[in-house]
Amino acid sequence: MSALQTTPLNGFHRRHGGRMVDFAGWDMPVQYKSILDEHKAVRTRAGMFDVSHMGEADVKGPEALKFLQHLVTNDCSKLFPGRILYTVMCYPHGGVVDDLLVYLRGADDYFLCINAGNITKDIAWMQEQAKGFNCTVTDRSADYGQLAIQGPKAIEIVQTLTKSALIGIKYYHFADGEVAGVKCLISRTGYTGEDGVELYCAAGDTERLAEAVLAAGTPLGLELTGLGARDSLRLEAGFPLYGHEITDQINPIAAGLGWVVKFDKGLFIGSDVLRSEKEKGPAKKIVFFKTGDRRIVRAGSAVLNAAGQEVGSVVSGTLSPMLNEAIGSALVSAQSAADSLQVDIRGTKLNLQLVKPPFVPLKKS
Amino acid sequence: MSNVPADLKYAKSHEWLKAAADGTALIGISDYAQNSLGDITFIQLPKVGAVLQAGETFGVVESVKAASDVYAPVAGTVLEVNKVLEANPEKVNGAPYTDGWMLKLKLTNPADAAALLSAGDYGKLIE
Repeated sequence: MSALQTTPLNGFHRRHGGRMVDFAGWDMPVQYKSILDEHKAVRTRAGMFDVSHMGEADVKGPEALKFLQHLVTNDCSKLFPGRILYTVMCYPHGGVVDDLLVYLRGADDYFLCINAGNITKDIAWMQEQAKGFNCTVTDRSADYGQLAIQGPKAIEIVQTLTKSALIGIKYYHFADGEVAGVKCLISRTGYTGEDGVELYCAAGDTERLAEAVLAAGTPLGLELTGLGARDSLRLEAGFPLYGHEITDQINPIAAGLGWVVKFDKGLFIGSDVLRSEKEKGPAKKIVFFKTGDRRIVRAGSAVLNAAGQEVGSVVSGTLSPMLNEAIGSALVSAQSAADSLQVDIRGTKLNLQLVKPPFVPLKKS
Repeated sequence: MSNVPADLKYAKSHEWLKAAADGTALIGISDYAQNSLGDITFIQLPKVGAVLQAGETFGVVESVKAASDVYAPVAGTVLEVNKVLEANPEKVNGAPYTDGWMLKLKLTNPADAAALLSAGDYGKLIE
């Protein structure tokens, strides 16, 4: 077994009581005190997540835009400096390589944020696809730390540490600035459905930034929040997680991410397959559900139709701390998605009530 | 550090037992067990009247992380279950030895309790 990778905040987590687990090869805090309490803190006040394990890459050069339009499904020509785009990149068969954020910093200068567990795969894939384009793809993952400060109090807290006017940075926009004297890329984004920012800084500055945010935020109710709450928050918001709602076998049309697939921009990797998938309808699709019961419906559980036949399987499941009932998502055959669906948990049959997420009203700007 | 009250007996599978003089006992899971499980979200308990063998599964404790079986430390008949845990399973996290009790058993053989681990031995097991 290879050693776990660590973020610049590894000592910080241990000092603050983080319960450390192996997450996709990274030694990360799943919680500090309680996943449920940390979740509620983000919905009602604020939480700070270490997301330094996320990967970053630079894409630069005269054909950077042309390359990105070929690589990803969304339309990067809509970006202007300071604007961020959510997208996926696909294989020729339509399956997803990863989902990512694309930042346009300036002419021919793009910055990408990719999933921690996919860094090696993504960089290799992108560099391979970039051959023939006049641009470079550079892995910058080790150079950056990243903090996500999320919740209704997040902006107020971070504003006490910066001269940048945060309300002037709209949702899915970013600006360079200083927070607590640390140079940051301030990104009005997140993975919780709440308002907030994600701060990218030099790896060596991450701990100083984290301590400053914690000190400024504690009086306003900010809690340290781990990956457990991050997962339940994203599922409550209905956001996909790579390896669950999107995989190399679940394309963005099946995943309900058709809105990030822009056929009118021209051809891109996977566009033929995805266009046909959209026209004829996917054979399987992701649905979100709740059960009205507290028993968690775990990933891998079989989904049954009224006749008891298996028509799919659960891909994410947790207890919604806000609804106090089990919520989740499942990949089911498209023709069964209108049926009454059930799961069997240790002999108890539970009906899945299909829900169009988010499961709770969200306050994101 | 986990709390291991001295007046209780313990099973290797992390249940505690508090014996009464009338041959009954309360049963729950240890502080170490609740802490290892994390936030408890659901608890399934047996019906009153169920007869349990020593080591038999008597229910399921679910946390955000996983669902875990819980085991009868001794043989007995279920006299009562803690109904409060149906709606408030988190009481096992907050007070595993008091409000978080799970079962009241009528022991088949009250002497069985003596064979369980002492607080000292259980404390060593979870070090």
